[in-house]
Amino acid sequence: MNVQLPTGRELFEPKRPGSQDIAWCPGCGNFGIRNILISALAELELKPTEVAIISGIGQAAKMPHYINANGYHTLHGRAIPIATGVKAANPQLTVIAEGGDGDMYAEGGNHLLHAIRRNPDITVLIHDNQIYGLTKGQASPTTMPGMKTPTQPWGVFEEPFNPVALAIALDASFVARTFMGYFKESVEIIKKAIQHRGLAIVDILHPCVSFNKVNTYAWYREHTYWMEDHDPYDREAAFRRAIERDPLPLGIFYINEKPTFEDQVPAYRNDRTPLWKREPKLELVKRFFEEKKL
Amino acid sequence: MTEFKGDVSIVLGGAAGQGIQTVEGILTYALKKSGYHVYANKEYMSRVRGGINTTEIRVSSRRVRAFVKRIDILVPFKQGVLSWVEDRLDENTVVLGERENVEESFLGKVNLVEVPLTRMALETGSQLYLNTTAAGLIVGLFHGDFSAIEEYIRKRFGSKGENVVRKNIEAAKKGYDLGVRLCEEGTIRVEVERDESVRDEVLLTGTEAVGIGALAGGMNFLSFYPMSPSTGVSTFAAQHAEEFEIVVEQVEDEISAINMALGAWYAGARAMVSTSGGGFALMSEAISLAGMAENPVVVHLAQRPGPATGLPTRTMQGDLNLVLYAGHGDFPRIILAPGSLKEAFYLTAEAFNLADKYQVPVIILTDQYFVDTYYNLPAPDVEKVKFERHIVEAKPGYRRYELTEDGISPRAVPGYGEDVVIANGNEHDEWGDVTEDAELTIKMQEKRAIKKLETIKRNAPLPKLIGSENAEYLVIAWGSTLHVVEEALQKLGREDVALLHFSWLYPLNPETKKFFEGKTVIAVENNITGQFAELLKKEFGVEVQHKVLKYDGRPFSVEEVLETLKGVIE
Ligand SMILES: Cc1ncc(C[n+]2csc(CCOP(=O)(O)OP(=O)(O)O)c2C)c(N)n1
Ligand code: SF4
Repeated sequence: MNVQLPTGRELFEPKRPGSQDIAWCPGCGNFGIRNILISALAELELKPTEVAIISGIGQAAKMPHYINANGYHTLHGRAIPIATGVKAANPQLTVIAEGGDGDMYAEGGNHLLHAIRRNPDITVLIHDNQIYGLTKGQASPTTMPGMKTPTQPWGVFEEPFNPVALAIALDASFVARTFMGYFKESVEIIKKAIQHRGLAIVDILHPCVSFNKVNTYAWYREHTYWMEDHDPYDREAAFRRAIERDPLPLGIFYINEKPTFEDQVPAYRNDRTPLWKREPKLELVKRFFEEKKL
Repeated sequence: MTEFKGDVSIVLGGAAGQGIQTVEGILTYALKKSGYHVYANKEYMSRVRGGINTTEIRVSSRRVRAFVKRIDILVPFKQGVLSWVEDRLDENTVVLGERENVEESFLGKVNLVEVPLTRMALETGSQLYLNTTAAGLIVGLFHGDFSAIEEYIRKRFGSKGENVVRKNIEAAKKGYDLGVRLCEEGTIRVEVERDESVRDEVLLTGTEAVGIGALAGGMNFLSFYPMSPSTGVSTFAAQHAEEFEIVVEQVEDEISAINMALGAWYAGARAMVSTSGGGFALMSEAISLAGMAENPVVVHLAQRPGPATGLPTRTMQGDLNLVLYAGHGDFPRIILAPGSLKEAFYLTAEAFNLADKYQVPVIILTDQYFVDTYYNLPAPDVEKVKFERHIVEAKPGYRRYELTEDGISPRAVPGYGEDVVIANGNEHDEWGDVTEDAELTIKMQEKRAIKKLETIKRNAPLPKLIGSENAEYLVIAWGSTLHVVEEALQKLGREDVALLHFSWLYPLNPETKKFFEGKTVIAVENNITGQFAELLKKEFGVEVQHKVLKYDGRPFSVEEVLETLKGVIE
């Protein structure tokens, strides 16, 4: 892969001792996603201290350690509620939730559904390798039927999860799919996702060279195409595209601008100060007791 | 004639949805305003309509804050109430109400004073006025200030228009006059002295004490999933969210609730979740994350009987072990259990400083009995609430998990300072990156599970001793049973029995041990195994000679504790 990396990336290159020992397998698609993410952040001219990357558990979820930005490596499936809390506590931060397809669609599935309803202004990046990497190759919610794994030796027979169709069905705020093998396009999509006000979901296809022998780099190239002349503001068209199976469309499927969670909570109606700078309103507590005397 | 002196216990009983809360509201407000000490607690079934719910209201010339079994005046609003409280009736109980609300089998056996409440309400214009009539009647028995009733009605019904207000006042007046007449005729005599200082006190529920305490402690984020009996605190927060400019969100489940709160704390908010045992069970994974990531969090857990959904609207102190051991692996936590409303206010506020300082989960244990209790008390002194912020700036080279002597690493928040903050639920190095290094693992485990724990222990306050240091018998109580045991001991009146009450349950200051030396220890707990007694044994090797346990889903009554203690001691 011969890609041109933008300037400003050095800021996001971590120098911490523990960040040097990358635990991903050589050739894994996660490296590409890291490059894409760092490039997007650099091109948006963000500072590491302004960004918070909240991840769940899995190979994908190790991202906060390989980037110089605020980060919280949390629990399997829980990145979204934690990221929601981070953003609600400090809307000035650019908050990104990251994890694998198991992390976001299986263990964290319920949170994803309700985050779509809640619409916090965060970006959810799903590293979708259609397999469980860290636990060594079990089927994930997006594994294709027929694929044999050590725990599905008879071949997967469940209907795969269609995150894009699901998100559009729930009227999500921003829905996109990309393949990490297309660097420039992916950077653009992720930049748009981060800039989008509201919940932005990006399903990022990426190969797992160790455990998924079906969905390889070549497979993704052959079985995907870029949507052209698609209007992301047309929900019905977006849904029609979303249910196409082979080849899989790539690009921004749907954009639905609506108020965010932080726009609506009473905490920020008159005051945009992050919560950590605020002090208790003791005069109101006193008033409460005065009223209780009556 | 039946005479009640000094301290009257009134029980109102009816179906859910019958408006007993209205009676209770008017009554307690007006009596407090008239200078009487009041205490109230309710008992209700897990249903929205029907069933039988009761409220006990004590009216007294001195402070009363505990549940008594005795019923002096019973006001039944439907049939079935007498059978429901049968074991609480005695020959002095006056049943004040309508004949049709008294079961056949009780007629002739109980001291029934018939009052035609329905007829009086209809005379005012509608059955709807029954509640205000009944409230007026009881206030009348005490010769309370009628103007206080008027004031309350104006406040409560004001939005419904002048006519509703006027009619309700008229109904209350009819009831009031009848109450006064019953005394004048000598049917009932009530003699309770007024205490002028009460008028200036506040009337607070356990729920409000926790809720306002949290706001005083700087809580600015609350996420929750509804579960009785904890929901009141979330409702309280939601109703004050606009005024206090805070985030309150009802989320998809308890897992989300606590994780959101963890995220909020990571970014510097002061967040709380309010839940009950079943909800907390779902949170234990995140409690473990809080332990590993040293992420502060405050949890309010209002206990109800378990296992599973148990008895949803009843009370028990059965979740101490749950909060003590929740989460896998070793890490410290702080467990608090206020005994009084005043304590609930200060402790809840303090919980946020503790979480911030020690970066551990702080759990406030209350229970249904506690959150539903209310009484008058002097307004807490808001000036005494200390607001401590323990956040540091992330200077270049900042290490979130810096190894320190006392086990506490300075905590920075994202966006404050020049460097970044990496938190991690996996074992980590000082910067927060994943590690599998054996040496480092040992250091980090020791930092959390030993050094930090020791620091918290050293700074933990001691339990409160009520009574003589030299007493031979030491009664141990924790959380919500404070006032009941206190009153029982007052009644017992023995110099050789003292009470040791714990509102800081864990970790215990090692000096606590000295309280037990040479004593006969009696533990009073609202659960079946004596969970706190077990903890004392584990921590200090304390032998609890007697356990006074109650586990029928009901709170202890003063009489019950008194009788049992007598049995144990004599
Ligand atoms: C509660 C819980 N259950 C199970 C696991 C084990 N686990 C770790 S990662 C993982 C799945 C990872 O798959 P995916 O999210 O697709 O991420 P990948 O490793 O492929 O990037 C599982 C099941 C866990 N850590 N926590
Ligand atoms: S297991 Fe798969 S997804 Fe994980 S690092 Fe290796 S190749 Fe990548």
